[in-house]
Amino acid sequence: MMTSFLFRTLDARAGIFIGLMLAAVVLVPALNLLVPEGSTFHVPTYAVTLMGKYLTYALLALSVDLVWGYCGILSLGHGAFFALGGYAMGMYLMRQIGTRGVYGDPVLPDFMVFLNWKELPWYWYGFDMFPFAALMVLLAPGILAFVFGWFAFRSRVTGVYLSIITQALTYALLLAFFRNDMGFGGNNGLTDFKDIFGFDIQAGTTRAGLFAASGLALVVCFLICRAVTRSKLGKVLVAVRDAESRTRFLGYRVEHYKLFVWTLSAMMAGIAGALYVPQVGIINPGEFAPANSIEVVIWVAVGGRGTLVGAVLGAILVNFSKTWFTAALPEIWLFALGGLFVVVTLFLPKGLLGLMDKGWSAVRRRPAKDTAAHRAEPQPAE
Amino acid sequence: MSFLKSFLLLLCLLTGFSGAALSQEDLESLRPLVNALAEGKFKETEKQVADLAATGNPAVAPLLEALGNGDLQFRKSDKAVFITRSAGKGYQLIDPLTLEPAGDASRSEVSKIKVNNGLRRSIRAALGSLTLMAKDPAVRLSAAEAVFKAKDPDAIEALDAAIAKESDNDVRLVMEQARAAAVLNSTRGDADKLEAIGVLASMGNRDALSLLTGFAASAEGEQKAAADKAITRINKSLALWGNAQNIWYGVSLGSVLLLAAIGLAITFGVMGVINMAHGEMVMIGAYVTFVVQEMIRSSAPWLFDYSLLIALPLAFVISGGIGMAIERGVIRWLYGRPLETLLATWGISLMLQQAVRSIFGPTNQEVGNPSWTSGAFELGQLTITYNRMWIIVFSLLVFAGLMLVLKKTPFGLFTRAVTQNRRMAASMGIRTPWIDALTFGLGSGIAGIAGVALSQIDNVSPNLGQGYIIDSFMVVVFGGVGNLWGTLVGAMTLGVVNKFLEPYAGAVLGKILVLVFIILFIQKRPRGLFALKGRAVEA
Amino acid sequence: MTRQTSLLYLDGVSVSFDGFKALNDLSLVIAPGEMRAIIGPNGAGKTTMMDVITGKTKPDSGEVYFNGVVDLTGEDEASIAELGIGRKFQKPTVFESHTVWDNLELALKAPRGPFATLFHIISGAEKSRIEELLTLIRLSDKRDELAANLSHGQKQWLEIGMLLAQDPKLLLVDEPAAGMTDAETMETAELLKDIARTHSVVVVEHDMHFIRALGVKVTCLAEGSVLAEGSLDHVSANERVVEVYLGR
Repeated sequence: MMTSFLFRTLDARAGIFIGLMLAAVVLVPALNLLVPEGSTFHVPTYAVTLMGKYLTYALLALSVDLVWGYCGILSLGHGAFFALGGYAMGMYLMRQIGTRGVYGDPVLPDFMVFLNWKELPWYWYGFDMFPFAALMVLLAPGILAFVFGWFAFRSRVTGVYLSIITQALTYALLLAFFRNDMGFGGNNGLTDFKDIFGFDIQAGTTRAGLFAASGLALVVCFLICRAVTRSKLGKVLVAVRDAESRTRFLGYRVEHYKLFVWTLSAMMAGIAGALYVPQVGIINPGEFAPANSIEVVIWVAVGGRGTLVGAVLGAILVNFSKTWFTAALPEIWLFALGGLFVVVTLFLPKGLLGLMDKGWSAVRRRPAKDTAAHRAEPQPAE
Repeated sequence: MSFLKSFLLLLCLLTGFSGAALSQEDLESLRPLVNALAEGKFKETEKQVADLAATGNPAVAPLLEALGNGDLQFRKSDKAVFITRSAGKGYQLIDPLTLEPAGDASRSEVSKIKVNNGLRRSIRAALGSLTLMAKDPAVRLSAAEAVFKAKDPDAIEALDAAIAKESDNDVRLVMEQARAAAVLNSTRGDADKLEAIGVLASMGNRDALSLLTGFAASAEGEQKAAADKAITRINKSLALWGNAQNIWYGVSLGSVLLLAAIGLAITFGVMGVINMAHGEMVMIGAYVTFVVQEMIRSSAPWLFDYSLLIALPLAFVISGGIGMAIERGVIRWLYGRPLETLLATWGISLMLQQAVRSIFGPTNQEVGNPSWTSGAFELGQLTITYNRMWIIVFSLLVFAGLMLVLKKTPFGLFTRAVTQNRRMAASMGIRTPWIDALTFGLGSGIAGIAGVALSQIDNVSPNLGQGYIIDSFMVVVFGGVGNLWGTLVGAMTLGVVNKFLEPYAGAVLGKILVLVFIILFIQKRPRGLFALKGRAVEA
Repeated sequence: MTRQTSLLYLDGVSVSFDGFKALNDLSLVIAPGEMRAIIGPNGAGKTTMMDVITGKTKPDSGEVYFNGVVDLTGEDEASIAELGIGRKFQKPTVFESHTVWDNLELALKAPRGPFATLFHIISGAEKSRIEELLTLIRLSDKRDELAANLSHGQKQWLEIGMLLAQDPKLLLVDEPAAGMTDAETMETAELLKDIARTHSVVVVEHDMHFIRALGVKVTCLAEGSVLAEGSLDHVSANERVVEVYLGR
């Protein structure tokens, strides 16, 4: 039942994507671990980690595409869910440090000893057990999204208003997590992790494993998104995106649909954050910065919203460029990113995948039937 | 003793001040009287003190004080009188009238002018009449305040005499308060103390409170009851002043929010265009101020006090021009697609920030305050700084000006026509694209002049705008989109609420609470405080 | 007719927007199986009345009952639609990025919850019902076309098809003939008469030929309340109706 639910709607593009991802999941760790250093085919560990990071970003972008591309909810606060998942994972990793911290306290993380705390706050209980931490990776963002969404969708906050309050949400969390009293390490966040499931977090094998886990998580989440968007529920979502009140008059309770997909998306963002933290080795309040969340949106826009594959493609491309630019031409990066926002919204409303589709149909000399393309033309404000 | 020291210090200051007004001759005419102290017995000394006091010259206060303390000595060789201060094995000599150092002396070279308790009393009385009854009301006031701080019961008699003669109401009030403080510290009876408590209670500030609290801790019976009652009363009045202060701070913050949000109220509220680069328009206005001040500093420093007035129109034109360029270049292609507009303008904001960072560097720039915006004045128990006050005045002026433009000018009429029914406006011959560009330019220009004002109270850095963008949107959304009055009320409400939360929750948590409050508020009234209603809203 | 035996019962309904009275003490009763035409000048409150019935706008005062017992003022759009009131908008609103087939599938009567739709697999009965509707609205050959690519008239018909797919007890149809050619208008009138055999219908229309072709009881609204009610000839003869609406 579940497998048929997940696989019943695969098309060629999705198939190619999954094939490529699975190949990467096998090949990259293999080329890192099995091929000797110095060989042309060797993939250095830092590259594995970098690519692993891109994959977690891709998963985050996927979650944004699910709500924005299919349901029209432009979230400027998905970084909050990503960071919450990251903090849940970070708390597990902190508890794993045990007595190896600077102060050697068996229970309290270093920053708590430093702040002169005597005992572990209640909300840190249980994070020494991975299953509990993993559950919280899903529940912390999930519950926040559910509560927030329940309020927002029920009172029909839509469009730009919703975008702005999602931004306010992540901004509020940013301020909150900066406070030392919150018990999440304040400004510095959580860092100095030692190991994960007993494996050294710096070791090449662990890094390769984390890469593979990120790749697999991406594939599984992709399948889930795909199944959701291709189901009748997915059609309702698109209906909500295009004509919300019409959908209501058909008898669909729009707020329930939004809440479902919003919470699902937040949980995926949480998973992405949880995989991100052990690879970069730190989680701090900076991840809540509103600017980060908006950047995610542009990844999706670059790849092509409402395509899922495009979100992944956009996330990887933009972040690869970012890595390259910030090393080679750091002054230029913000101009490039800013320009990307403008160019994509003005000239590439369907993103790179849309451009590719257009190119293909031009090659096949078939006139594009898609009128959505002409909707992309400038329209006077009504 | 500490009272005497502080009293002496104060007197030195006062006489140092008034001494400047006294001519050298005046001082020297006192010299024989002073030097006479070196001769004679107690009886004569007492008369000499009375003579000195009778001159009514405040310059003699320090030396009388020194005499009371036993610090007044004369040089055996020439019988010249000095205030002495221990220095190593000997003394440092200070001229008793000019208070200037006059060399050193060993212990054997000088001799102390002797005083006994009777003489000390006369000295104090003389001093009291000298300072508490000095000609200059400022001297009397300071003397009374010094007594209040010292709570010296010995000063009561001098105060009584002074109060009887006092003609200045303000000074008399302070004297009565000083007397009350001294009475509380004395061994007098219930009636006197109860009266004193009454005086302090009506004084109502923190000094009175701490005095009464200290007194109540050791008092008993009726006195304690009265003191406790007075403490409650003072606490109440302090809470009232505290509220007034919070409101003032809140209005001040509200005016900053209003300045930042008011341009947005036009672009977002009136035009429906969401401009994430709005904060950068504010930032550019602040940088214009910086550049103007730099140019004035290097070429025409005498213009510095007018730097803000020069920067205002420049900031308006530059920010407005950039805004119009953005509208013509990007936003007009995205009308009707608010989410895309949001993203594109965010991109523009990134580029503007980086441009400013590349030109001026990433660090804070120094923007000075002209003289008329520095300083403060007191209102009751509030301290009101001029720059905050000017910002409040300025924000209200900008608001009023904008209202005037939108309601009373042809341009405002066109703008409202275009936003209400674009096609109809176009068919009546209004050039709608130009109105769009001008309206957007107006909103951006106002952001620019907001930047000039904010440069006075905030760090001028490339990130200046980012700090305001979320708050500005909150204000506009909270107040109700498309309604300038809503923006005014929204800004002030959020400012005041924020400042009232701060004492309980801290600045950061207060801000978070306000954000949560707005998020919840939007649930209840998705269209803000002053929402437009009707079918048009959904369209 | 009493409330209990009515299908739709509006009594003393008033709605105002910022002081403007869109509906002013409006009372209207529709019997089960009845077809009713509503006419009236712009701003008479026709669309606001539909908004009130479908739960989009809450009345300031007055009663709105469906089936004689269900108080509609306490329900939202989705539950009112589920109760069996379907609505076609003045401006045709179909889901433009869905195909004609998907538009109908979404409208088809079926469980409306998110989890029901998530695991929904289309059944044979549903397929044949969609085929039936496609034939009825003459869009069989356009079934895989995106709704955005349909002509104005075709969109109107698709929307009527969606209304039928919902299988409501009461259809509210707002200006179905707007923007249609004369021939299309007459066809639409025939279609509605067809539908009225099995459903109750309320039609708002300006086109007098269309109203005449329907041949049903007419209510004329003006300034938010009922001006006249009866056969078309009776209403057209009314002095006030001529004055405010039909013109001399």
